[in-house]
Amino acid sequence: MLMISPRMASGMQEKQYAPSLLSFFIYNPKFGPREGEEEKKILFYHPIEIEKNEKIRNVGLCEAIVQFTRTFCPTKPAKSLHTQKNRQFFHEPEENYWMVMVVRNPMVEKPNKDGKPPTVEYQEEEIIDSVYGSVLKQCYSMYKLFNGTFSRAFEAGGVELLTQKLEKFFYRYLQTLHLQSCDLLDVFGGISFFPLDKMTYLKIQSFVNRVEESLSLVKYTAFLYNDQLIWSGLEQDDMQILYKYLTTSLFPRHTEPELAGRDSPLRPEVAGNLLHYGRFLTGPANLKDPEAKFRFPKIFVNTEDSYEELHLIVYKAMSAAVCFMVNAAVDLSREFCEQLDSLVGPQLTLLASDICEQYNINRRISGPEKEPQFKFIYFNHMNLAEKSTIHMRKTASVSLTSVHPDLMKILGDINCDFARVDEDEEIIVKAMTDYWVVGKKSDQRELYVILNQKNANLIEVNEEVKRLCATQFNNIFFLD
Amino acid sequence: MSDEFYLELSENPVQFENASSVNNVFFDEANKQVFAVRSGGATGVVVKGPDDKSSVAFRMDDKGEVKCIKFSLGNKILAVQRTTKSVDFINFIPDYPHLEFSHECKTKNASILGFCWTSWNEVVFVTDQGIEFYQVLPDKRTLKLLKSQSINVNWYMYCPETAVLLLSTTVQGNVLQPFAFKSATMSKMSKFEIELPAVPKPAKLSLSERDIAVATIYDQLYVMYLKHHSRATNSPGAEVVLYHLPREGTCRKTHVLKLNTTGKFALNVVDNLVVVHHQSSQSSLIYDIKLRELDGALNVHQPVLPAQSINPYKIHLTGPAAAPSQAPVPCELYSSSWSVFQPDIIISASEGYLWYLQVKLQPTLKLLRDKGKLMDFLLRRRDCKMVILSVCSQMLTEGDKGNLSVVATVFDKLNQVYKEYLDAEQAYTAAMESGPSRSSTSYKRPVRTQAVIDQSDMYTHVLSDFTEKKGVKHKFIIAVLMEYIRSLNQFQIPVQHYLYELVIKTLVQHNLFYMLHQFLQYHVLSDSKPLACLLLSLESTYPPAHQLSLDMLKRLSTANDEIVEVLLSKQQVLGALRFIRSVGAHDNISARKFLDAARQTNDTMLFYTIFRFFEQRNMRLRGNPGFNQGEHCEEHVAYFKQVFGENALMKLATA
Repeated sequence: MLMISPRMASGMQEKQYAPSLLSFFIYNPKFGPREGEEEKKILFYHPIEIEKNEKIRNVGLCEAIVQFTRTFCPTKPAKSLHTQKNRQFFHEPEENYWMVMVVRNPMVEKPNKDGKPPTVEYQEEEIIDSVYGSVLKQCYSMYKLFNGTFSRAFEAGGVELLTQKLEKFFYRYLQTLHLQSCDLLDVFGGISFFPLDKMTYLKIQSFVNRVEESLSLVKYTAFLYNDQLIWSGLEQDDMQILYKYLTTSLFPRHTEPELAGRDSPLRPEVAGNLLHYGRFLTGPANLKDPEAKFRFPKIFVNTEDSYEELHLIVYKAMSAAVCFMVNAAVDLSREFCEQLDSLVGPQLTLLASDICEQYNINRRISGPEKEPQFKFIYFNHMNLAEKSTIHMRKTASVSLTSVHPDLMKILGDINCDFARVDEDEEIIVKAMTDYWVVGKKSDQRELYVILNQKNANLIEVNEEVKRLCATQFNNIFFLD
Repeated sequence: MSDEFYLELSENPVQFENASSVNNVFFDEANKQVFAVRSGGATGVVVKGPDDKSSVAFRMDDKGEVKCIKFSLGNKILAVQRTTKSVDFINFIPDYPHLEFSHECKTKNASILGFCWTSWNEVVFVTDQGIEFYQVLPDKRTLKLLKSQSINVNWYMYCPETAVLLLSTTVQGNVLQPFAFKSATMSKMSKFEIELPAVPKPAKLSLSERDIAVATIYDQLYVMYLKHHSRATNSPGAEVVLYHLPREGTCRKTHVLKLNTTGKFALNVVDNLVVVHHQSSQSSLIYDIKLRELDGALNVHQPVLPAQSINPYKIHLTGPAAAPSQAPVPCELYSSSWSVFQPDIIISASEGYLWYLQVKLQPTLKLLRDKGKLMDFLLRRRDCKMVILSVCSQMLTEGDKGNLSVVATVFDKLNQVYKEYLDAEQAYTAAMESGPSRSSTSYKRPVRTQAVIDQSDMYTHVLSDFTEKKGVKHKFIIAVLMEYIRSLNQFQIPVQHYLYELVIKTLVQHNLFYMLHQFLQYHVLSDSKPLACLLLSLESTYPPAHQLSLDMLKRLSTANDEIVEVLLSKQQVLGALRFIRSVGAHDNISARKFLDAARQTNDTMLFYTIFRFFEQRNMRLRGNPGFNQGEHCEEHVAYFKQVFGENALMKLATA
């Protein structure tokens, strides 16, 4: 399929407004079924300043839309509502619990001559449903990771506890939503895996198994290097959201001070006679501090069946980070932390330098300069593996892309097309300014390539993508 | 209780008539034969060897008291020493006259201390003034002097295995001069001195032959010196000092075995272990000179195991005094009538028994707590395989689970030996392939000792049982399997697919599909067709297995047919065709197979596309779009016509 992107470059004097969060609310229609009790339905509402009746009206509207669309398809009610100024997203993560996110459409402010007020033009089609729908789902997953399900909180402490938890969590979390920089990667929610040779991988396995054996409290372990996953003892779904938390929140928070020179991690600890660089990213910042607190964040996993509450201990030595998850019913003592530090610190330091060395060797063998510099995003639905040469390093604040938002939009559109059918597909788009965008779908894998070749024709672009597949993806079954 | 005794006497001892006033008993270390000489041979000589074949009985004339009697190798010639001046010989070669002939030593006034056979017809006389090396010419019934050497000799000792003769020289007797014999040649090796605990004044013979033994340990010749406790040096106990005697070069003191006690000792070497018997405590100690001690100076060894008596032994009384049904009586161990010979022989002349001393490995399991050390010890023993495997099984299934690092250590030790064998085997094969003529050194095929525990041994005897054991946590099972795979990888040993299958089976049993996925993602479970097929079979319980399997088949690059089959079974006909075209094999595929699959989809457009593809292929290959008889596509051609009409068929281009 070949499409020509209709978009044109915008004028110079215009003022562009990115999409932004208008409101975000959570309600349960069962909590206030009678007239006059509508307010009881509302469990959380952002922004808090909104007047009560407006809140009730907005919730009522959402309820009505969902009810109405349900008559057409009882299992799949409306997911979003498009209006000129904004777009609303609906999500029912648990029965009768509804989350709604209202996003203001991006807009362009065009200055008018003669002192007239500027004309505002909403760009209704710029927002992609799947991207923001995913952002909303992520909000729930993140909440659930740290708080468990809505219904459990309700069972434990009624509406009061639930609203308390919601407020506490979302008040901060919503501030970290950066709706202007959401893109295809939010749809995937992928995990970047660290490329590693078999032997080093087995060493890590061995390390994880031995630590779990000696520290029998540890129930699950996850191992990351350079913010990329190597091993997860958690199930895929739980790892997906934990990975998101680690890489977009916890790690950047610790990296930034490191980069700024404070809290230098290069001050080795001495455990026994072994030098090591291990330290806790959650829990006690300094073990030697007599005032140190041994409190760790709690997370909830396997909420579908065993519903486990765990302490999340994140321990890092150089670029290697390990998450140890311990049953939350156990109180973690200073002794335990010291034992962990002295056991894991030296081993992890050694392992981290091993990995680094192996990684450099492998890179030298494959030759970093040999492969052509393609801009691509790869995603495999099966293992959530994600690889992007488009995105720069993620930080706590924004994820930076190296391509124009318009191109990212095309990627999102292609993804929507792929989602509609099961068949393997390939879409090639000629965008403006000499860009070609290619999307390929083979079984559960998707690949998006952005090429910038002057005067290239369709055949040449196709050849180029084939070449990319042959060099980058020769070890997987990827139909061309 | 009996499983604590790690030393035992052989089940089937050699029995002979016990020594008495009329019966003299001799033992020849070279042939391991016991000679029972009755009345100087007149009433018979009975020779019992280690097996029945080497047993001989004969008579000879009584020409005086026999001092020493020995057969040459292969029982060809019998030599008897009756005086200090000469040795008598009798031919035992068939068709040669069975007549005695005598040979006097050549050195005047020398007295013969003894003699040793170095081959079937070469003999050395050891006199107090030197040695004389002769070749016996049985047909001429004479001896031919090959070489002689004059040197003052106190006593001598001969090691038949290596054909090395050791002479005690000098007044104190502690300077030992070795000679090596090999097919009619005699070579002098460099002499060496045994350090005495105290130098007596005036000088007198201070080194007794009772305190010296010669044996091969780990293919190296050692002189073992039993250094008695000396009050002067204030040492805590006696020691055995080992001098390494290389073929070439100088002899060096290399090992000291600490006995930590005093008294009367005797030495044996069994399975490369030095066994020290201590008479007063009725117990024995064993030492392994390759076992490194963690503490203390290098090459000072403590006993591997606590002192223990030889397993109690019962003997059946025989002879006229014993009733046939009499119960066996306990044999007196460490008796003063015992004689100990190298390497592993214990003789009780008074009871008429010759035993081989043996080491039992099973009791060491309990006695050696440190599993790493235990493995080091076991891997060097001869019959170690089953014991090692049982250590592995125990380590994994016992209540006191060995922690994983111990498991890792044990696996690493096993695989180290396994890898050495594989390398040797590979080097041998390579040498054979490059042509045996080229290589100057003749390659010997490496011997596979019992210590080589390969993957199939581990799988059969340890791992497959272990994974099915109830009550073992699956986490531990998987950790152990991964540890074994890690160890194999570390030694660069290719892992057999049945181990991977075991991992997969265990993971699947416990629904740990995500773990499995991760292992496959990092290629920890190496690609193979059997593995890919196993994954395919998992698709119904774990759908991503399909992708994993296809990826694996793709990487194998020899499984294109399988990929096509998989895709066709999923009705991905176009995908299959595109794949086979991408690998350039589309000219050889069966059109019928693809058309069948396309028909099954009930997608007429798909059928059209596939049909057209093959028409084009026919055109390209044969210049005609039609199908050949052999392709059996008539049915599909008919269907095509029926659906799309006759005109839709591709026409032969007309010129």
